[in-house]
Amino acid sequence: MAFDPLRRALLTGLAGAGLLALAPRQSPAATGLAVREIADGVFVFQGVSEMATPKNHGAVANLGFVVGREAVAAIDSGGSLVEGLALLAAIRATTDRPVRFLVATHMHPDHIFGNAAFRDAGATIVGHRNLPRALAARGDHYLKSYRRQLGEELMKGIEIVLPSMLVEDRLEIDLGGRVLELRAWEAAHTDNDVTIYDVSSKVLFAGDLVFLGHVPTLDGSLLGWMRQIPQLAAIPARAVVAGHGEAPADWPAALDPQLRYFGVLAGDLRQAIAAGTPLAKAVKTAGRAERDAWKLFDEYNERNATAAYAELEWE
Amino acid sequence: MVEAGKVDMARSKPLLIDGDIEMQLPTPASRRRLRWPTAASAILLSLAAVAGLPGMAAAQQTMASSDKIWAGLRGDVFGDRNILADTGLVRLEAPKRAQDAALVPVDIYLDPSRAPGGVKSVTLIIDANPAPVAATFQFGPDAGVTRLSTRVRVDDYSYIRAIAENADGELHMASTFIKASGGCSAPAVKNTAEALASMGKMKLRQFAPQSEGNMTKAQELQLMIRHPNNSGLQRDPLTQYFIPPHFVRTLSISQADRPILSMEGGISISEDPNFRFDFTAQGDGEIRVEAVDTDGQVFKDQWPLQAVGL
Ligand SMILES: [Zn+2]
Repeated sequence: MAFDPLRRALLTGLAGAGLLALAPRQSPAATGLAVREIADGVFVFQGVSEMATPKNHGAVANLGFVVGREAVAAIDSGGSLVEGLALLAAIRATTDRPVRFLVATHMHPDHIFGNAAFRDAGATIVGHRNLPRALAARGDHYLKSYRRQLGEELMKGIEIVLPSMLVEDRLEIDLGGRVLELRAWEAAHTDNDVTIYDVSSKVLFAGDLVFLGHVPTLDGSLLGWMRQIPQLAAIPARAVVAGHGEAPADWPAALDPQLRYFGVLAGDLRQAIAAGTPLAKAVKTAGRAERDAWKLFDEYNERNATAAYAELEWE
Repeated sequence: MVEAGKVDMARSKPLLIDGDIEMQLPTPASRRRLRWPTAASAILLSLAAVAGLPGMAAAQQTMASSDKIWAGLRGDVFGDRNILADTGLVRLEAPKRAQDAALVPVDIYLDPSRAPGGVKSVTLIIDANPAPVAATFQFGPDAGVTRLSTRVRVDDYSYIRAIAENADGELHMASTFIKASGGCSAPAVKNTAEALASMGKMKLRQFAPQSEGNMTKAQELQLMIRHPNNSGLQRDPLTQYFIPPHFVRTLSISQADRPILSMEGGISISEDPNFRFDFTAQGDGEIRVEAVDTDGQVFKDQWPLQAVGL
């Protein structure tokens, strides 16, 4: 793939942050995100557990790619075009097989803001049947609110790019001697979560259906998430790449911390709702016992509690 | 499939939404911005105020720019009537920073001692929202409502305003500035499938009187209605047509056949509209609720008045 000057500049901009091992004169094709091979042909970039900022280039989510005999599938494109291009460069540095697919695990900007890089590289973007609707409702708002968070410079070139292949329920992607099993879930973290299971390595890319270390964020249905955890746990993976936090991790043990958090949060809220405590007051204290167990708890817990309260009061 | 943000001009014909408002698909030059030719109701009219601002998608509102929007808006909603600020007749509480942009709790307090003849209505306005007039609430003459809580969508940094009209027709305003939540929190429906599957379902909770020992039967109700309360400010990803707005347009609550609270609402009210308020019960007549949405669907329910804590 040819890199135009803008892309080169974007990539060079990343080098200073240590995200990229990219020297100005080096060929972009030989560099990229610092990925690790966690199983044969399975590569992971681990994002930092921080809020997206200009400094971290929005690179806060875990990304990955899987190399088959004939083609490559990337999993999530990152929180900026810069990061998407850097992931693409990391793939180029690893293999010359074509990047035929980009699977979007869900709608959130830290997972899809690099989509344009993959579209331009000719990849088919794959997502949940609900993803187009979800992005139609949020895309403009994401672009606006992240301009505030990431800054004009990093927002350059970021587009909301919709999937052109949808996962209704299950979908298999064949990379040549290597099958990825995609599964569309009912509302949980969002209402458009997809997981990717690489059968040959037994690695599960769980997207944001699994959080480790970084407090889970709720933008779908707490009850749906809790209800589907047994089905999730039944996937015969030996390791999981969570959407945020340590990757890889043991499976299904990686589900335990978030299950505990959900239990505390739901328990506190059910008690408050039964007592008639209004939302604005209840969300100040719900889930507090979990505060020391998670990064970014203060940034997200009250939001989670707000969404969960509104859901649980219908029980 | 047409890509996001692209408008298929072959389909660019005026769309009729909401009966009396003609909405144009934006031209490529002004895509992402809506143009509303003429406005017919305060709620939809107020869209024009924001749609006319340059760079709407990029601008972050400040207290000053929110005030500017309000200056352009108040005449559309209240004409040239005088509005008294911060008199204490009405008070407004909301978090300084929204946690979830789709669900921001707002509490309105009315002080009966400053409104001896009662309060007729309260209009709730969020300056920077695409539809700033979130709702207008009317109170029955002997309803005795002194507190009203609901949940709203907040798109951007904005003032939220509650303008109360007393029995003499005076307008009193309270306002508070709210910072929109950052990051991935968006003012959109979280679980659309669920919202549509159980649309119209209602739940009423009745709480005991808060002040013990007096003879009033003032008690507290919480009414919840399942409804996506969709904005319509979004394009269908496949057809690129704007999805028609679909929200609860009117709501009326009565007890013993006397009006307690009614609402004329818009898209700034959160999905699954939720109202919690105190009121003075009379006799033991039942509580009836009727809601009508923009599709003309009517949702009704009724509950016996519970003798809570009496
Ligand atoms: Zn997410």
